[in-house]
Amino acid sequence: MTTFVSILYIIAFALFIYGLMGLTGPRTAVRGNWIAAVGMAIAVIATFLLPGMGNWWLIALGIVLGTVVGVPAARQVKMTAMPQMVALFNGVGGGAVALIAWVEFRTTDGFAHEPLYVAIASLFAAVVGSVSFWGSNIAFGKLQELISGRPISIGRLQQPLNVLLVVAALACAVVIAAGGGSEWLIIGVLVASAVLGVMVVLPIGGADMPVVISLLNAFTGLSAAAMGLALDNTALIVAGMIVGASGSILTNLMAKAMNRSIPAIVAGGFGGGTAVA
Amino acid sequence: MLVESLAVLVLAGFVGFAVISKVPNTLHTPLMSGTNAIHGIVLLGGLIVLGMGADGVLNKILLVIAIAFGTINVVGGFLVTDRMLGMFKEKPKEQQDAAKEAKK
Repeated sequence: MTTFVSILYIIAFALFIYGLMGLTGPRTAVRGNWIAAVGMAIAVIATFLLPGMGNWWLIALGIVLGTVVGVPAARQVKMTAMPQMVALFNGVGGGAVALIAWVEFRTTDGFAHEPLYVAIASLFAAVVGSVSFWGSNIAFGKLQELISGRPISIGRLQQPLNVLLVVAALACAVVIAAGGGSEWLIIGVLVASAVLGVMVVLPIGGADMPVVISLLNAFTGLSAAAMGLALDNTALIVAGMIVGASGSILTNLMAKAMNRSIPAIVAGGFGGGTAVA
Repeated sequence: MLVESLAVLVLAGFVGFAVISKVPNTLHTPLMSGTNAIHGIVLLGGLIVLGMGADGVLNKILLVIAIAFGTINVVGGFLVTDRMLGMFKEKPKEQQDAAKEAKK
């Protein structure tokens, strides 16, 4: 059965790649999107076929909840509000990765009996997923004008604070990888990354937001790939990494199209207007 | 197992780089949205961890939320991409002009 699942996964990758190729051309884009969607459906069905799957009611509950929220949101959003919708969908993806990493920590007694690479990959996924979730939510808030679209920064303290947050998240992660099993450590990782995500996106102006969303999109892809390494699931590794790589290229293309450079955007402070994408 | 996974990881990275070479500017946002839908594959992570028997109420709650998040990412992502692209379909002429513009 696992071989059959692997074959279905391979078909799914092929469809993802073919679909993405379609998405890069105006004439093939609509079809490309649906080809990728079919690939996703195959990947999900394949996962249901894995031996030993259980907890069906809870799985059904999660999927129904997601569908009930996701479909109307995607259907009813105004055309002009598309970029923030993408930010929101990207954010929940990152949030899912962070939550899975947290549960992984809880169910393995802090990765006590797992190989080191599982701990490292899970912790990477936790950090990046959390940054992506909170960063995307701030991007959503800015584009939706729940938060001022203008750059919000705390001045010169900003960069040292960000560095401090990175150090805090890494320190907690290193203690966990070295064998620390306290749950506060993983909560520390998630919270420090969350504050970092908020702090990095807040100083960025609304006009630069589409590029930032694309960057966070690539990040979420990378965190999905890391989660795949930890769970030893090829589907997550391949799809996540394809998004991580193509997302980085796309971020670069978008920044170039706007005559901006990614470091300048992340450093923030420009583009005070609202988004034009 | 790790080495095989890393090999797959690196190869997938190169595929990702190769797929995105020339994209007209008008397709940047739909393409971002399409890749966004694809990383909704994290849904599978939630399915596996919950399906393989996670115990404890908090773990189950977190995983149901994760699966719901992943589903929103997948379903919403593909639908939103389709709607964006549908916007292009309705005015094919402008779209062609825009594509020409992007090629310059």
